[in-house]
Amino acid sequence: MKPITVNVDEYLALNRYQVDEQNAHIELAADPSPTEFAKLIRVCPAGLYRLDSAGQRSFDYAGCLECGTCRVACGSTIIAKWTNPAPSMGVEYRYG
Amino acid sequence: MADFDAIIVGSGCAGPMAAFELASRGKSVLVIERGNYCGAKNMSGGRLYTHPLREVFPNFASDAPLERRITHERISLMAPDANFTIDYTDQHMADPNHESHAVLRGRLDQWLATQAQDAGAEYINGIAVESLIKQGGRVAGVRAGEDEISAEVVLLCDGANSLLASQAVGTDPPSPAAMAVGIKEVIQLDPSVIQDRFHCGPGEGAAWLFVGDPTHGTTGGGFLYTNQDTLSVGLVATISDLMAAEVPIYQMLEDFKHHPALAPVLAGGTVVEHSGHMVAEGGYSAMPPLAADGVMLAGESALMVINAGYTVRGMDFALAAGTQAGRCATAALDAGDTSLAGLAGYRQALEDSFVLRDLKTLRRFPHFMENTPRMFNAYPQMVRDAMRAVFLLDGEPVKPLRKSLPPLAKKVGYLNLLRDALGGIRAL
Repeated sequence: MKPITVNVDEYLALNRYQVDEQNAHIELAADPSPTEFAKLIRVCPAGLYRLDSAGQRSFDYAGCLECGTCRVACGSTIIAKWTNPAPSMGVEYRYG
Repeated sequence: MADFDAIIVGSGCAGPMAAFELASRGKSVLVIERGNYCGAKNMSGGRLYTHPLREVFPNFASDAPLERRITHERISLMAPDANFTIDYTDQHMADPNHESHAVLRGRLDQWLATQAQDAGAEYINGIAVESLIKQGGRVAGVRAGEDEISAEVVLLCDGANSLLASQAVGTDPPSPAAMAVGIKEVIQLDPSVIQDRFHCGPGEGAAWLFVGDPTHGTTGGGFLYTNQDTLSVGLVATISDLMAAEVPIYQMLEDFKHHPALAPVLAGGTVVEHSGHMVAEGGYSAMPPLAADGVMLAGESALMVINAGYTVRGMDFALAAGTQAGRCATAALDAGDTSLAGLAGYRQALEDSFVLRDLKTLRRFPHFMENTPRMFNAYPQMVRDAMRAVFLLDGEPVKPLRKSLPPLAKKVGYLNLLRDALGGIRAL
């Protein structure tokens, strides 16, 4: 993969969210296959699936845009759970 | 006796239209929308062809929150270092029947919901329907939070990422090849700057699609729509292809915004929102059944979208399908039969309307796009090279175009060109 130069977190910070700190509405399989994880890095528009320079993989549902792309891409492999956020939680588009 | 005549899941474009039809004819209707307000979870490119709205709300233009009316259609073939654009404008674009507008769903969907509420539909916001209640194989209601609510008929209008459609009609979830992901940023600019940059008057604007470099050569394209005081700029990329791309989609969007042909258009603008949403890409052949016993699907939950390359449509289908679903459900309720047989008029109504006619006409296009990777890299570069041969001078004697152009076609392959041209013609 080519280097990533954009800081997507700065863009997500512009959005309005009601973050559910108690409940992860998306969960990954315990030991996700690196090949499958590599797909999620590319398809998630919020950049929630990351590989750092030390080769460490991470995922944070807090900035989720609730598009479901990861579910379609890896719902049968490493996405163990995908539900809508709990009532009144998640992203709130002001423009949409 | 059920709690409601009809329950509608989702209040985007299809849901409120269906709710309006049912409530206007005296049916008890509950709309359950997971956004805290309607539109809170929704995103489109987006451009709306307004004729299905006009049919139901003749005065929509005076109070619906529409953005700029589209007066310029632009299509660009974008190479990494060049861009070739076709710009079409026409007085006929102002005809009520042809009119289209840029829209922002966070605003439009609230207005649509208000029309349904004013007609008598009840709304619950902020709660997602988790599953369908089934009795003897037929859908009989919904579960949301702690509640079970029953209805004679349930309408699924819950969009591209419907978690209920497969439960309702028994199909598999859509495949990564049948779905694309859309990413978008809303960029604020002064209205007069937008007018100057897009050569249009107040309230007028452009719909602009790009193919090639925006998706780094993978299947998909870029888009730009002009709103009143913002631009909607983004990309759509087919998920199966994007999985192996050279950069993530959010990096593609950043690169697109910095392309030398686009950067000056966006200069001085401020990003105010970053959004993502799926888009159905499979066309007619990927669509699930539109009804089963006690349940109907309308809009993107039934994958009613066409990406024909030069235009992307989904909201017009959803509005019209929602209206037809509401009318058909009303008739089925009156007849006391909301089984699949009782709801059969819905599919027929869509077959007779532009919805399924257009989806059928363009049913080969998704396959064509998927099997013509040259569209996303070789052709934009070929056009760039041809334009260089035509326009760039350096003091050396010019070569006649009949000598300089054929080698460019040869680079792609005459046979490939012919095959792709014929394939494209057949698909459209």
